[in-house]
Amino acid sequence: MKINVTINGAAYEREVPEHVTLLRFLREYVGLAGTKEGCGGGECGACTVILDGRAVNACLVLAAEVDGATLRTIEGEAVNGEHSELQKAFSRRHAVQCGYCTPGMVMSARALIERNPKPSVEEIKEGLEGNFCRCTGYVQIIEAVLEATGQPAANQEGSHA
Amino acid sequence: MLETENRESLRQVGRSPERHDIEDKLTGAAVYASDMDMPGMLHAQVKRSPHARARILRVDVSRAERLPGVRAILTGADLDYRLGLYVVDKDILAKNEVRHFGEAVAAVAADTLVIARQAVDLIEVEYEVLPPILTARDALAPGAPLVHPDLGKYSYIEAVFSPQPGTNIANLTRCRKGDIDKGFAEATWIVEREYTNPSVQHVPMETHVVIAQWKTGDRVELWTSAQSPFTVRDLFCHAFNLPLSNVHVSIPNVGGGFGGKAGIHLEPLIACLSRKAGGRPVKLQATREEEFSLLPCRSGLTYRIKTGVLADGRIIAQKMEMFWDAGAYADYAVNVTRASGYSASGPYEIPNAWVDAYTVYTNKVYGTAYRGFGHVEFFWGLERHMELVAQTIGMDPLEFRRLNLLRPGSITLTGEKITEHTGDVRKCLDSVAASIGYGELTAEEKAREARTGFKIGKGVATLHKAPAMPSNTATAVVVKMNGDGTVLVNVGLTEIGQGSTTAFAQIAAERLGFPLNKVRVTVEKDTDRDPYDWQTVASKGLILTGNAVILACQDLLAKAYELAGQALRANPCDLDHDGEKVFVRHNPDHSVKFSQLALGYAFPDGSGIGGPLIGVGRYIAQGLTNLNKETGQGLPALDWTYGAHGVVAEVNPTTGQYHILKIASAYDVGKAINPELIRGQCIGGMVQGLGTALCEGYIYDQQGHLLNPSFTDNKIPTTKDLPDEIECIIVERAQLDGPYGARGVGEHPMISVAPALGNAIRQATGAELTHMPIRAEDVWRAMNRHDPVETWAAKTPAGSDRTIHAAK
Repeated sequence: MKINVTINGAAYEREVPEHVTLLRFLREYVGLAGTKEGCGGGECGACTVILDGRAVNACLVLAAEVDGATLRTIEGEAVNGEHSELQKAFSRRHAVQCGYCTPGMVMSARALIERNPKPSVEEIKEGLEGNFCRCTGYVQIIEAVLEATGQPAANQEGSHA
Repeated sequence: MLETENRESLRQVGRSPERHDIEDKLTGAAVYASDMDMPGMLHAQVKRSPHARARILRVDVSRAERLPGVRAILTGADLDYRLGLYVVDKDILAKNEVRHFGEAVAAVAADTLVIARQAVDLIEVEYEVLPPILTARDALAPGAPLVHPDLGKYSYIEAVFSPQPGTNIANLTRCRKGDIDKGFAEATWIVEREYTNPSVQHVPMETHVVIAQWKTGDRVELWTSAQSPFTVRDLFCHAFNLPLSNVHVSIPNVGGGFGGKAGIHLEPLIACLSRKAGGRPVKLQATREEEFSLLPCRSGLTYRIKTGVLADGRIIAQKMEMFWDAGAYADYAVNVTRASGYSASGPYEIPNAWVDAYTVYTNKVYGTAYRGFGHVEFFWGLERHMELVAQTIGMDPLEFRRLNLLRPGSITLTGEKITEHTGDVRKCLDSVAASIGYGELTAEEKAREARTGFKIGKGVATLHKAPAMPSNTATAVVVKMNGDGTVLVNVGLTEIGQGSTTAFAQIAAERLGFPLNKVRVTVEKDTDRDPYDWQTVASKGLILTGNAVILACQDLLAKAYELAGQALRANPCDLDHDGEKVFVRHNPDHSVKFSQLALGYAFPDGSGIGGPLIGVGRYIAQGLTNLNKETGQGLPALDWTYGAHGVVAEVNPTTGQYHILKIASAYDVGKAINPELIRGQCIGGMVQGLGTALCEGYIYDQQGHLLNPSFTDNKIPTTKDLPDEIECIIVERAQLDGPYGARGVGEHPMISVAPALGNAIRQATGAELTHMPIRAEDVWRAMNRHDPVETWAAKTPAGSDRTIHAAK
C-alpha cells in the first residue's frame, strides 16, 4: 500500500506491504536508522517517535496507520546542524552512555516537555518510565530534562570523602 | 605511572568535559551493527531447541531448502568446529544432543528476514526428550547424567583450570590459607548459612548483532556488536585454524555490553552461513527473546559460608563453598569461579581460610561474564552472612565489619600483602554509614514510621574487586599527529558506553599539554587499524590502556622534541612546548609549530627531515602470577577497587512491600579522571545492581523451559524504581601504578547493592533473607518464618544461652 507521511518536516511517499511496522518503515523504507529496536514488543521504548504530537513505540504502530500523519524522529531534533537545548542538556549532564536508548529517550522527553514545559522530577519519571536505559540509571537523564526546562539541578558531581 | 606525573597542576584530568562520543549518539547518526547493511547482504535466522535436554534424532531441512530465496542452511552435522574461551566444549550448532532450552540447532541465510523465518519454521527436528539436570545439587549427585560425557577429551587452559572428567564439574578452584581446622577449634562462635541467586540476563539495549562475510582465500570480514575485537578475531581463527591476518573485525558503536558481549558468540555461525552462501555477507540480529536464551546469561550461585569468630569479634576461620550453576557450557563461568574463589572473603582479613569453588554444568542457558564477574552474586551471600555473624555474636554489624576489614599489612586469600596504596575500604564504609545516618533512626524517621506504620531500616555492605584477567594482559596505543598539530589516538579498547574514550582523550590531552579539542580518540574499533588490546572487560581498561596512552604521548613528544631540536638547532633537553609549538625554554621566541613538525620538518631551503610523528605506548600487567591449583596462592590482582553501599529502606510490615529511601555509595577510584563519568558509572551500576536485587532472574519450569524470556516477565528497573535519594562518594587513595593514580570502577557499583538492601530490610523487620532477588513476597515469607539467628549457629561460647542450638 502507498503511504504519504511527513517526517521531520519533509514529505515522503513509499509503497510498503501492509504488515510493515512504523519502526521498519522508518529504518528500512525511509532510511532513518536513528530510531532503534530494543525489544520489538513495546516494552523498552527504544523506538519512541512522536506521531502527531504523541510519543509512541514505533514497533507497535503499523506503517499503514501513519498515512497522512506527521512524525518526528531523533533525526529532526537538531536544527541547522545544531543540537537542540534538550540535546545540549543531555550532553552537559552526561545523560548518555552507550547511546542506544538515547534516540527514544530524547523523543519521550521532547513529547513530555511539549505537553508540560516545566515538569517536576516526579512528572519526568512518569514521562520517561516507558524508556529503558541499562547504562545510566536515569538520574543524569532526569537532570538533563530539568536543565533543558530551565530548572537546573545543582551540579551533583560525586562528593569527595 | 603516578610518580612521573605532577598531580597538583592537572588541567584536563579531574574535570568533567562532555563525552567524546556524544554528538552522534544524540542525533541518531551513531552507527551500531544493527544499523549496518552490506551490498548483497543476506539475513539469518536460527532454529532453536524447545527442550532443555534431548537427543537429536533427525533434522530434515528439505522443505526449507525448497523455499525460494533460501541461500544457505546449516545443521550441527555440517559443522565440525568447537568453541570455548577456556574449556573448548561448545559446538557451533548442537550435534547429537541439545543441552539447553534455546540452543541453536540449525540456521538459515535467505534473501530477506521474512523468508529466513519461514525457512526456520520449515526445518523439522525430531528429538528424544531426556530429563534435564536443573540444579547444581542434582548435577553433583552420584550417578547424575553427564551434561558433557566427553569432558575428558576437551582441550582447556591447563595452567589455570581443572575440569573433572566423569563429573559435571567444569572447573574446581581451590584456595587454602592458614589452618582451617585449627582456626575453627580456636573459634568461640561458628556460624554457617547458605545463600542463593538465580541466573540473570545482562539486557544491553542493543541485542547481539553480527554481519559476517567469508571471502575467497578464507579471508573473513566480521562486523559485530562485540566488546573485544581482538578476542573475537583470535578465538575465531583458533576455531577455524586460520592465520590471524585473514580475519578483520570491525566494531561500530556498541549498544551496551555488561560482559554479555565479551568473548565470542554468534560470529562463527554467521560466518559459516556466509561461506555456505558463496561468500555473500550475512546478518543476524538477535531478537530480545534470543538474547535471553540463545545468548548466555549470568550464572546462578549457591554459596555456603561457615565462619569462626573469636570472643572479641575477630574472624579466625572461614570455609567457603561456591556452586556455580554454569548451565550447558563453561564459557566464562569457569573463570568467574576462579575470580570469585580468590576474592571470596571480600575486603576482610581471614587468617585461616578454605575455598572450594565449583563450576557445575546443568541443562540451562549457559553463564558468561556479567558486570562484576561473580562478585555481585557472591557478595550477596557474603555481606548477608557478615550481618548474620554480627547479630549472632551480639555485635553491631558496622562495627563487626570495621573490626575485620583489610588494612595495611593484611594478607589476602592468595597471599598478597595489602599496603596503604591498595585503597581505603574503611573510608568507603565509614562514608556511606555517615551518609545514611547509620544506627539509630532520626527523629524525622521515627515520626515517619509512626505516620506510615512502615518500618525503616539501615544497612551497609562493602565490596571489592580486582580485574580478572590473564597475568600478562597487554595493550598498546598509537598516537598520530595530523598535519595541523591535532592528534588521533588509536586504542583497541571498545567504547561500550563506559566513557573510556573520553577519559583517554583527557589523559592524552593532559600528558601532551594540549587543549582537549586537539585530541580525538577513535570510537569505532578495527583490528586491522587499531593496536592490540586483550579485551574490553574487567575494569582494567583505565589502568592498562590509560598508562599506554601516557606512554604513547611521551613517545610522541620525545620524537617531536628530537625533530624540533634539529629544526631549532637546540638540545632537546632545553626544549619545552605548549599546545601550538615547541620552543627553546631560555629563548621562547625561538620556536617551531607542531604543525611544521607533524609530517616531518622542512628547512627553509625545502630539504626535509624526520617524518610523520607517531607515538607508541605499550603496557602490560606486571608482577602477576598464575595461582597454585591446590592452594590458590599467587598474585592475581592488578589492583583492588574497594567500595561500600549504605541503604535506607522502608518496609510494610504486613505485606513485605518495601521502598528505598536512600542509597549512598562510595568507591576508592584512586583518582577521578572525569567525576561526572564516574557518577554515571556509579548510578548506572547501582541501578543495574538494584535490578538484580529487586526483581530480575531466570525462571524455569521443571522441564527446563525458560518461562520469562521477555521484558514482560523479566523486568528491569525504570525511572519509577529509583531510590528517593542517591549519593555517590568518591574516595581518592592513589593507585601508584594507575594513570594519574586512577583505578577502574566500571563494574563495582553493581556489587553489594542487594546485600545492603537485604541488611536494611533485616534491620527494619528482622526478615532473614538468603535468596535474591528480594521480592515483596520473599520479605513477607522471611518475616513470617521467624527463624532465630541461632538456627545457623553451630558453636557458641560455653555458658551462652545459645548453647541449645549449638548442641544439635
